[in-house]
Parts: sequence; structure tokens; C-alpha cells
Amino acid sequence: MLGYTITQWLFGILSFLAIMFGLMVVFSRNPVNSVLYLVMTFFCIAGHYLLLNAQFLAIVHIVVYAGAIMVLFLFVIMLMNLNEDTEPQRTWLSKIIAAVAGGLMLFVMVGSLKGAGDMGLQQYGNAQIGFVKNLGAVLFKDFLFPFEIASVLLLAAMVGAIMIGKKEAGES
Amino acid sequence: MISFIIYKAIICLVVFLLSLGVAAYATLWERKFAAFLQDRVGPDKAGPWGLLQPLADGGKMFFKEEIIPNVSNRFLFILGPSLFMLTALMTGTVIPWAKDVNIGGQTYSLQITDINIGVLYLLGVVSIGVYGIMIGGWASNNKYALLGAIRASSQMISYEIAMGISIIALIITAGGTLSIREIIAQQDAGLANVVYQPLGFLIFFVCALAETNRAPFDLPECESELVGGYHTEYSSMKLGLFLFAEYINMFISSAIMAGFYFGGYNFPFAQELYDAMGLQEGSWIISLIGFGAYFTKIFIFICVFMWVRWTLPRFRYDQLMNLGWKTLLPLSLLNLAITVVVEYLRGNIHI
Repeated sequence: MLGYTITQWLFGILSFLAIMFGLMVVFSRNPVNSVLYLVMTFFCIAGHYLLLNAQFLAIVHIVVYAGAIMVLFLFVIMLMNLNEDTEPQRTWLSKIIAAVAGGLMLFVMVGSLKGAGDMGLQQYGNAQIGFVKNLGAVLFKDFLFPFEIASVLLLAAMVGAIMIGKKEAGES
Repeated sequence: MISFIIYKAIICLVVFLLSLGVAAYATLWERKFAAFLQDRVGPDKAGPWGLLQPLADGGKMFFKEEIIPNVSNRFLFILGPSLFMLTALMTGTVIPWAKDVNIGGQTYSLQITDINIGVLYLLGVVSIGVYGIMIGGWASNNKYALLGAIRASSQMISYEIAMGISIIALIITAGGTLSIREIIAQQDAGLANVVYQPLGFLIFFVCALAETNRAPFDLPECESELVGGYHTEYSSMKLGLFLFAEYINMFISSAIMAGFYFGGYNFPFAQELYDAMGLQEGSWIISLIGFGAYFTKIFIFICVFMWVRWTLPRFRYDQLMNLGWKTLLPLSLLNLAITVVVEYLRGNIHI
């Protein structure tokens, strides 16, 4: 079709949708709508993972981000009952600071992505690497140490969350 | 290519109609079953034995006045029940309903799609199912509806964890495959998985009750506290979609339990029976018998769901959370640890 393969078409459509929903997250006035657009963005990104043959990553992305984290976001926003009327007005100074900080972030990301080609990253395994079996074998054999470090990091975050959420002695 | 698309379209349509039909008649059977347990007759006026009651109920739902609260977000209000129904129907796509049929040299599998991460797909769809309730409850702009929605989603998230871990133990027993088709096919020879995973099955069953918001975990719809819960403001067919999707969820979770733990379309001495009847592999009669066996198991599970509902009183909310986090989660971790050790000693896990 028009000189492109189906994969390229899908990539184009998914990228367009992802960027569109990403913009909607920022521009929508209602926080609940923002969260729902963010969920749609995650779905588009999961589609990208599928195009890369990374089924496991795609499903886990949906389960963890769309299914758990965003639900908690929705919880907080629904319970606080945020809407246009209660939105705090920012001063011009804070808006300018936010714009500069965001611009710098963009600068850093573009810079790092531009240098990624020279970093000597190598493709690991074959095109089937995203399948659960191959991914598990690689993670638990070749990259066991980084994997364990990541799990210790997650464990620390979990313990921290429980410590913060726990009632202290004497607190009702 | 065209014949492939037609065959898949037919399978999709059949599974869709099957889910709707089973769900419709599950509502009738629920009322009959409740009547039986409470020594009543139950609905018996519409048609013989009340068999037309689901049609009458459906018609009533369609023709009732539809009220959309003035202040609510109209789009999200409509999206809520639709999303809930969509996710309920999406779970049926990965379940193999019977053995493959061989017609004219072509093999047709009686399953919409066999993705090799079917189990993960199920977990993914289940985790999205929360959104229908949350969006609907919030868009109702009613405090009871919001409370019901929040109860429903926190309950579903909490029980998903124990359910996921009990499924991991099952997958280890099943030799590491994530394809539902293979999990069921493996139980062809040998014992059903429930023999190896009794505790895992128990945890899965309790979690399935909680995930489908059935009694004794139906706190999201607790009438004495929350009027109607998340569907308080819904009327007409939108209410119908919420209620109907619950029955589809019940049907699909029964199908998953029967498939994962009780062998799906396999049954004891199946091969001997087929040999005695002189049937070849791929015959449609084998598929039909297997389908019947699968449906018998599903029917028994649906009955157990209903039996539990009309027997046990509702939990209190803190009891529900304690059960999920302090009992089922540690139990499922224990089950996982035991499974790993036993499978290692049996030589099925290689390090």
C-alpha cells in the first residue's frame, strides 16, 4: 500500500495515536480525562512493543501500567474530586520555570538519543528475544546480576511504601 | 485466505453467541437455583419452566426509560458499561472449547486464537476490566456509585495478585507453557492439574469469586450500605450490560477453572471411549463429546458459584482486604515455593 508494508503502516498509525493521546493528556482540562488519555497512550506503546515482537513486554506493560498504576492514579483523582473549578491558578513565574525545566528535559533526551548510535549497543539474541521463554533464559542466565539488582531496588521501594503507609504507634 | 477469514469469523460469532446465551440462561438458572435453595418455585410463568424468562427480562431492559444524570459526563457514562462488557467478552477468545476438528483434510481448531502468552493475555484483560466499573461509577456523579466503584476496583486489584501467583505455580506444574491450549492438552494423558495444585485451585477459586464481584465478595453492590453500588445511577440496557457482563465473567472464569485445573475437554478414560466407539483422531464426534464434557464442568462450576452466593453472608470490607492480603497472598506464595521445590525434586526444573 503506497509503497509501505503493513508493519510500517501500523507503526505510523500507532505513533500518531500515541503522540496525539500524549498531547491530549497535557491539554485536557479535566484530570480524569487526562488519566484516561494516558491509559490510551500506554496501549499505543504496548502496540509498539508488539510490533517489535516483544509480546511479554507488551502484556506486562498493560497489566502493570494500565491495569495497576493508572487505576491508583484514578483513585486519587476521583477521591480528591479535582476539576476545573478547584484547579489552582499558577503565577507567570512558575509557568516560565516549568517551561524552561521541560525544555531542558527535552534537550537532554534528544541529546542522549542522538548519542545512542555511538554507544556500541549490540543487538542481543535474535528476533525472537521478546518471547517469554527466550527472555527468561537471557534474564536469568546472562543478565542475572543486573536483574537481581533491579529486584532489590523494587523490594526496597516496596518496604519503603509499607513503612510510609503504616500507622505509627499512638496514631489512630 | 478467504476461507480462513470466514472460518475465524464463524468461530468468533459462535463464541460470542455462546457467551451471551450462557449468560442469559445463567440469570434464569440463578433464580431457579436460589428458589430451590430457599424452597420456592422461582420464575415459571414465561414459557415452559420459565424458559422464556431471559428473553422477557432482556426485552424489559431494552424498553425501559433511559435516564442519564444531568450533571454526569455523558460520554464516560456510556463508555463505562460498554467497556465492562467488552472486557468480559474479550476473555473468551483464548479458550479452546474442544479438540481440533478435521473436515475434508483441513484441521480446524475450535478456538478463536491460540496466542502463546494466552495466560498473560487473560491477566491483562482482567486487569483492564476494572476501568469499566471505575469510569461508570465516577461518571455517575453519585457518592454511592463512586464508593462502589472504588470498592470494586480495589478489591479486584488486591485479588489479582494472589490469583496471578497461583497461576504461576500452575504454569510451573504445566511445564512452563503460557498457552492455554497446551495447558489443557497436557491434561489429556495423566491426571488433571487440580491433583498437583489443590491449594492453588482453592486460591484461584476464591479470587475468581472476588474478581467477578460475586457474593460473598459483592461489597461493591452492597444494597444495605451503597443503594446499588457502582450502577446506582444506571437504568435500562446500560444497567443490563453491567448485570449481564457479571454473568459472562462468571461463565468465563468457570471455563478457565475447568480448563486450567480440571482438564477442560478431557475426561477420564476418554481415549478408551473413543477407541471403543471406533473414532479417528479429528472426528467431529470426538470434539462434540469433549465440548459436552467441558460444558458439564463449566455448568458444575456455575452451580458452585451460585451455591456459594445463596449460602454465605457478605464479608465486611476490612475482612475482605485482610483475607486478600494477609491470608491468600501468603498462602499463594507458600504454594509457589512448595511447587518449585517439589518440581525441582521431581526433576522438572533444571538449573
